[in-house]
Amino acid sequence: MTTALDITRVVQTRTRSADRRRNVTLALLVALLLVFALALYLGDYPVPVEGVIRSLLSPFTGLTDRGVDFIVLQVRLPRAILAVLSGASFALAGIIFQTLLRNPLASPDIIGIAHGASASAVFCIIILGWSGTAVSFGAFGGAVITALAIYLLAWRNGVTAYRVVLIGIGMAAMLAAVISYLFTRARLTEVQQAMAWLVGSLNASRPGDSIVLGGALLVLIPAMIALLRGLDAMELGDDTARSLGAKVEFTRLGLMLVAVGFAAFATAAVGPVGFVAFVSGPLARTMLNGAGRGFPQAALVGALVMLASDLIAQHLLPNTQLPVGVVTGAFGALFLLWLLMASGRSGRVN
Amino acid sequence: MTAPVSDRQNKAARLTLGLLLLAGALVVIALLSLTTGARPIPPESVWQAITAYDASSTDHRIIWDLRLPRTIVGLLVGAALGLSGAVLQGATRNPLADPSILGINAGAALAVVLGVALFGMTQLSTYVWLAFIGAGLAMLIVYSVASLGREGATPIKLALAGAAITAVLQSVVSAILLTSPRTLDEVRFWQVGSLAGRSIDIVLQVSPFLVVGVLLALATARMLDGLSMGDDVARALGQRIRLSRGLAGLAAVVLAGGATAAAGPIAFVGLTVPHVARAITGPGYRWILPYSMLMAPILLLGSDILGRVISPPGEVQVGIVTAFVGAPFFIALVRRRKLAAL
Repeated sequence: MTTALDITRVVQTRTRSADRRRNVTLALLVALLLVFALALYLGDYPVPVEGVIRSLLSPFTGLTDRGVDFIVLQVRLPRAILAVLSGASFALAGIIFQTLLRNPLASPDIIGIAHGASASAVFCIIILGWSGTAVSFGAFGGAVITALAIYLLAWRNGVTAYRVVLIGIGMAAMLAAVISYLFTRARLTEVQQAMAWLVGSLNASRPGDSIVLGGALLVLIPAMIALLRGLDAMELGDDTARSLGAKVEFTRLGLMLVAVGFAAFATAAVGPVGFVAFVSGPLARTMLNGAGRGFPQAALVGALVMLASDLIAQHLLPNTQLPVGVVTGAFGALFLLWLLMASGRSGRVN
Repeated sequence: MTAPVSDRQNKAARLTLGLLLLAGALVVIALLSLTTGARPIPPESVWQAITAYDASSTDHRIIWDLRLPRTIVGLLVGAALGLSGAVLQGATRNPLADPSILGINAGAALAVVLGVALFGMTQLSTYVWLAFIGAGLAMLIVYSVASLGREGATPIKLALAGAAITAVLQSVVSAILLTSPRTLDEVRFWQVGSLAGRSIDIVLQVSPFLVVGVLLALATARMLDGLSMGDDVARALGQRIRLSRGLAGLAAVVLAGGATAAAGPIAFVGLTVPHVARAITGPGYRWILPYSMLMAPILLLGSDILGRVISPPGEVQVGIVTAFVGAPFFIALVRRRKLAAL
């Protein structure tokens, strides 16, 4: 009797979870599409809606208008695509670390990986006098080397989440000190250049950035999906997972590598844009309210936060283009605060 | 029957001895801080300067005008940072909690940046009040946001709200620094965290706050022990959760606000020293708090001394040295010992 009732309840709960997942995903997709359309439409040079649509279809229809096509296809479209790709990458890097290390504060911008990229980039700008793509390479290398160092230092008959987090923040403190030191020793103009890079921006984005980042995502996302299967067992604890036949170390190392890849490629493309990695996971999970782990939803949230922030950054002040990193912090944080308050009323935060 | 009791007595005796050793080390470090610098001054002269001050002696003036204030600021700021970190980690039950995560540093930084950018302030002594007010306001906002909802300020809500407010404040700071090179030039030196150039006035300004903060923090030890069992158990034992967290938060903000006001944002000390203390004492905030309070100034003053001699004729700011001395030590400790999770 009771078992029959229990089973009905389980089925009901599962259906409700699936419904909620679908609704949240759809809502996020619609919001992302709307903001994407807005990103193609808004700008200093007014282009009517028909013009935007005609430009987008011009490769198929052959109807071209050189000026409008340049604005829409060469300026606004690549920028919007890069915002979506980098936002999703940061979000996935963040949610992987937050899930693996079981701490909502353990995103790459807090446990040292973003610091590695930043310190390396600031070194390249101030000491080596580099700029442009060279700095991106420097940042990428810095992120990978830092992540590797954290993992090796945390390795001792295996790796525990707690050790990775603590060693990560130790590394973060050292690298932040490197940046501060370089800032006090450099000329003001170099400090300004470095500061601009540290905030993160899409203002100097090139179409090539999206191609590199997109190519990386084509490899990283399938790898992540394959590795995520091992994660269910690991949530029961390492020992139980091992006895169930899960390859704990392999899964964890693999997922960390994938997360570092997401963070490093995105940082190389747009700079260490703050807070997207941190905020997307908790936001997606609060929306889902327990209905799933929220990886795809987090990627959508990240893309949405990045794209919307970039739009705000471009149009907030009349004659200045703010870097996107200034806005992601404020926008993402207000979004999170609103959710905290909203879920505070119903008495649940996850 | 008697074995557990004597074990406990042994532990208490051992930990008390440890505290005395730390206090001794602190005295030695403080003395070193008075004698070391661009101009080394022998201990006898230090003693004479304090007991029989002679205004015509350069050494005596250096001691009174520069080294003594600097050493006192180092002791106070170090103790405050160590204690506030330990209290915050206990109150939020998060090993990553520290003043900078809960918005205190960002609040202080925003207040100072606004003061420089809007009112052209360039005096260290005016920064003190700005930083203190900024830190207090930021923490107040974080705490009120986290307290919304039925179950009040849970650890996870505190951490998330703190990180969110920090991000908002940092965005504004970056926006101002990017558009105002003059402010960037002024603030980049404050932002590092330093003990140099602090006069005795600054000591007098912040020490009342710090003393109150220390007493309040030490008084919360029992409450933190209760909270460490989890909110439900603590509540079942009759503890008032909101009151405990509120008091601990108040102590932390007074301490960290005062420390940031006096020395600028120093991030690493409050975060890591409590972990080292916990590795020695085991759980139990009755011991973790005094250990943190004594170990943090040893780290801070020791780093400051090193920063004075490492690259003559210049100095390296204490915020930088602390990270470079403390972080490798901390990493080695994390590797070698099994640190207790919170």
